[in-house]
Amino acid sequence: MAGFLQQVVEGLGAGAIYASLALALVLIYRFTGIVNFAQGELAMFATYIAWQFTHAGVPFWLALVLTLAVAFAGGMLIERVVVRPVEGAPELTVVIVTVGLFILVNAAAGWIWSFLIKDFPNPFPRGALEAGGVGVAYSTLGVMGVVAAVMGLLYLLFRHTKIGLGMRAVASGPESARLVGIRVGWTLALGWGLAATVGAVSGVLVAPLLFLEPNMMGGVLIYAFAAATLGGFDSPAGAVVGGLVVGVAETLSGAYLDFVGSDLKVGVPLAIILGVLLLRPQGLFGRAAVERA
Amino acid sequence: MAERRGTGRRGPVPAVRARWRGLLLTAALLAVCAAPFQLVPFRVFQLTMVLVYTVALIGLNLLVGHGGQISLGHGAFFAVGAYGTAIMMFHGGWPYPVTLPAAAAVAFAIGLALGVPATRLHGLYLALVTLAIAIFLVPLLKRFESVTGGSMGLTLAKPRPPAWSGLAEDQWLYFLTLAAALLALAVNHSLLRSRVGRALHAVRDNETAAEVMGVRLAFHKRMAFAWSAMFAGAAGCLYTWVIGFVSPDSFTVNLSITLLAGLVIGGLGATWGPLLGGLFVMFVPSLSQDVNKAAPGVIFGLLIIVVMYVAPTGLAGLVRRAAHSFGRTLRKG
Repeated sequence: MAGFLQQVVEGLGAGAIYASLALALVLIYRFTGIVNFAQGELAMFATYIAWQFTHAGVPFWLALVLTLAVAFAGGMLIERVVVRPVEGAPELTVVIVTVGLFILVNAAAGWIWSFLIKDFPNPFPRGALEAGGVGVAYSTLGVMGVVAAVMGLLYLLFRHTKIGLGMRAVASGPESARLVGIRVGWTLALGWGLAATVGAVSGVLVAPLLFLEPNMMGGVLIYAFAAATLGGFDSPAGAVVGGLVVGVAETLSGAYLDFVGSDLKVGVPLAIILGVLLLRPQGLFGRAAVERA
Repeated sequence: MAERRGTGRRGPVPAVRARWRGLLLTAALLAVCAAPFQLVPFRVFQLTMVLVYTVALIGLNLLVGHGGQISLGHGAFFAVGAYGTAIMMFHGGWPYPVTLPAAAAVAFAIGLALGVPATRLHGLYLALVTLAIAIFLVPLLKRFESVTGGSMGLTLAKPRPPAWSGLAEDQWLYFLTLAAALLALAVNHSLLRSRVGRALHAVRDNETAAEVMGVRLAFHKRMAFAWSAMFAGAAGCLYTWVIGFVSPDSFTVNLSITLLAGLVIGGLGATWGPLLGGLFVMFVPSLSQDVNKAAPGVIFGLLIIVVMYVAPTGLAGLVRRAAHSFGRTLRKG
């Protein structure tokens, strides 16, 4: 039993990371209807920036704050420069542009920082909290705490600030929002900036566990997609729940299903994506889009 | 964008232009047949690989360019063809000519099966599922070690040139691939001119209108997926012939993304897009790699974005525009 609980805890730890990247995906989807295939790469790039700061001797938490600021500005810039020209274009065009961004950012990181693996400092103390035969590593607790904090801040932003209200208005109807005087263009850019910031948090959380290299987020991205699909692409809370479920499902099937083992675990997100799309395409918490043909 | 990508008939070609086009094509064919006798074996090998990519891109073009659907996992079908061929030759001891139709048929069948969920998904969900399939394939290939050779892969003997031909190995492989590419081009051409092609264009340009006109959406989307998989599988088979070695790490998700990038840059929905894309995928990385290991990625990424903004028909569209204005200047002068 303790072994099982241990696996669940590990799964939740992994799931919290997937949840944070899924949250970034969902934020952009809600505002712009775009699924950003480059989200993971943007997070990876932000993590390199954090590495550069710590490498220059900036204390970790200050480096994190600086990185998040850079990520926010970078996200807004990308929206204005790269995404704005294809706004309203067919889905095919938009997906291809974000795939292009994926390749570009990945290669740019490799060019600037080389493809060699870098050590990333772990902000959380070593060791684990023991309770009832189950050990919870402090880093796992830290990751979950950070994701919960991000979630809480987003909730406060959306529910209790004027900016958040404006963003929700843009998400539900850009034309009507523009009519009541909201600057839609800036709000969309703000959405990308926020998503890039949330993504940067997930990158910084992943880096100590996976080692920092340009392809670091490639593996995480597909889990985040599964999490967002499971939770519903338009539901931030769904993304977090989905992330945790995907993390636990991955860990448990790796541990208890012999034919899956540790090597075929990456089949779990595929199975989840397919299952959700065939049974409940809008996800657990999402709303089905009603289209007028 | 959709209307500019159209490749429908543009009315009868004037006789003069038809004659010019015929001359040009004949000259190109002669040059293509003469090339392996003029170049060093390594260049011949590179051209052979261009043709292999071209066949895969013809398939991808059918799905993305003509069908308007997205696949981020076409490398998986390529891998199915490559591994299918390797397994047939390695374990079954089949003679190599048989493996081409067999690999194409297997890829077609798998494409048809995967096309069932594909017909229920659209746009980004299809992109997601195909991406997940491409990622899942590598560990799957490593797992069934007794069949696939695991991470070590399988090494095979390359097809030997028959004695009567008097060709070297690289030249024989080049002509085999060239013949297959021409066949693929012909199949693709007749597909597009048939009912299937017209249905695909209708679905791409306006799904609702197409359905109202009586086009069976689900059926045609699934068939597009299957046909496109078939071309990728055939390309995979050619790849195994040419390289003589398959390993899981040759078929990572990077291959799928590179294929899509090549097609977009070559020209979505354009007749010559796959060939230009194949040239691009083969030569740009090897030329730019000397600058920096990451240079090909930077070029690919930047070009994809730029092409989507300013030239949705890619290099093929640019070439066509250049040819048009050149022709106009000739006539004026």
